[in-house]
Amino acid sequence: MKALAARRHDRRAPALLLLLALLIVGGVYAVVVPSSAQATNETATADDIAAGEKLFQANCSTCHGPSAAGTDSVPSLIGVGAAAVDFQVGTGRMPMQMNGPQAPAKPVQFDDEQIRQLAAYVASLGAGPAIPTDEQVDPALGDSASGMALFRTNCAMCHNASGAGGALSQGKFAPNLWETTPTHLYEAMLTGPQSMPVFNDANLTSEEKRDIIAFLDEQGEVVPGGLDLGSLGPVSEGLWAWVVGLGLLIGISVWIGAKSS
Amino acid sequence: MSTHDHNDVVVHADGETTPARFENPGLHEHTPRQADVDPRVTKRVERQVLALFTASIIGTIVVVWAYFALPPGETASSMRTSNIVLGVGLAVCLLGIGIGGNYFIKVLMSNREYTEERHAQRSSDETREVAVQMLQDGAQDSGLTRRKALVGAGVTALALFPLSILVPLLGNVGSDWNVRKFKHTMWKKGMRLHTDPTNRPIRAADVTIGDVWHVIPEGLEELEHGKLDEKAKAVVLLVRLDPRDLRSDQSPEGETWSHDGIVAYSKICTHVGCPVALYEQQTHHLLCPCHQSTFDVADGCKVVFGPAKRPLPQLPITVDDEGYLVAQSDFTEPIGPTFWERATK
Repeated sequence: MKALAARRHDRRAPALLLLLALLIVGGVYAVVVPSSAQATNETATADDIAAGEKLFQANCSTCHGPSAAGTDSVPSLIGVGAAAVDFQVGTGRMPMQMNGPQAPAKPVQFDDEQIRQLAAYVASLGAGPAIPTDEQVDPALGDSASGMALFRTNCAMCHNASGAGGALSQGKFAPNLWETTPTHLYEAMLTGPQSMPVFNDANLTSEEKRDIIAFLDEQGEVVPGGLDLGSLGPVSEGLWAWVVGLGLLIGISVWIGAKSS
Repeated sequence: MSTHDHNDVVVHADGETTPARFENPGLHEHTPRQADVDPRVTKRVERQVLALFTASIIGTIVVVWAYFALPPGETASSMRTSNIVLGVGLAVCLLGIGIGGNYFIKVLMSNREYTEERHAQRSSDETREVAVQMLQDGAQDSGLTRRKALVGAGVTALALFPLSILVPLLGNVGSDWNVRKFKHTMWKKGMRLHTDPTNRPIRAADVTIGDVWHVIPEGLEELEHGKLDEKAKAVVLLVRLDPRDLRSDQSPEGETWSHDGIVAYSKICTHVGCPVALYEQQTHHLLCPCHQSTFDVADGCKVVFGPAKRPLPQLPITVDDEGYLVAQSDFTEPIGPTFWERATK
């Protein structure tokens, strides 16, 4: 703080303060005004789009094509929106490292600024879902009881009752959701990445998505039962009961029956 | 014991012989345990048993203390603490007694073998005669042999009484034997498709490609009786595919059961009735979580993998004047698993 205080008479201070004020105004605007595809396109400057296009040509066009139109085996990115880019690139799923049953989450390759530029470029190709605002994804504003009912019907069959994830066919899987950020959860529901179907705003409204985020926010932290064994249900619990539990019982029976030396 | 005849041998094909009976080897020689001969081992085991019993006592005290001092409370972490302390305390309490007691018996108590010869099982002829005489006298005395009709009535009463338990018991097994209910669901012509669990009508224009909607019939939530039974039969999964991807559906000649790439299929697996709802958007495969039956939504929900034998029945849908999705009729075949009277196709 002292260093800041000493520099407050700096020549550049007014400019910096102005920038800061603009950022705050912009941030408040983004929070207050519900986002839409148009809103993102407006907030993204032409510079962002140009920078995003450069990043796209360098990192994505090998597979998605120079015009992002995709091929038979690679999806077109026209109309997928900024939300899809923020999810796929922001969780490290894209750029894909190698072919496989599905692109798994891995360390993120771009910084927030680059992701924003990429998203701006892809959003400029065709209208699509925008990145949700902080208010739309704030778990504190959601109703976790309603979220549980919605999760149970719409999500639990793949992601497991507590969001611990589960297997799909041929090496594909529904990932664990405990560490996923609220924004990425929202974007996944909105855009339906990879095997996941889409849950658009008519199917699950923005508030309902937030309820689901609120429910997930309460999962995976403290387990009332003690050892959760990955919360995977009968597979890990059965393995534990049959191998460890029965093994112990057999061991004790052998010990009881054995003669003392 | 038995008498031995050493000439009684079994001759094998290769000329070798083995005795027909082996001599009873008797008990093997008693070997003392370490604890029997080494006083230091005895002392050590005594201390260990004492420690185990003491641990059990402490475990009981911990359980009783935790019951009062660590209530489950309202939060997950307080429940976790309560469960862990109660569980570990109970385990120490019971395992302490069990392991300590066994250890005590195995190592410290005498393990000398004793043989008690078995006495003859047959009673003496005299005793047997007396017993038979007593039974005959008793039968004579009771008059059972004279009052045959009374005895017959008594035996009949005894034989019939289990019916008073069996008849209501069997009657209550599936109180309802009306199999027709399995063949129909509450879907009717013009009934709107609503979202589960939010119960909103679905506009066809709102369903986008790649979507999956979990659907219940309009009016289900308002049912007074049997809501869950009806829901268990009527739930539907609604998916919109790119019409170019939709290779076939189950519409018969001259009818259209889907609407612009939107198809609705029963969510109840035709194998044993689990809710089939794991939908892979890219492959259009629908998986059953119980036994991995896989249905191809793009191809009339045909079975592509797993134990299910029939495709999931399709709900014929269309749109009404206001653009909402409605059913054209009920399912045209029974949903869910095979049952006794189900006609096979």
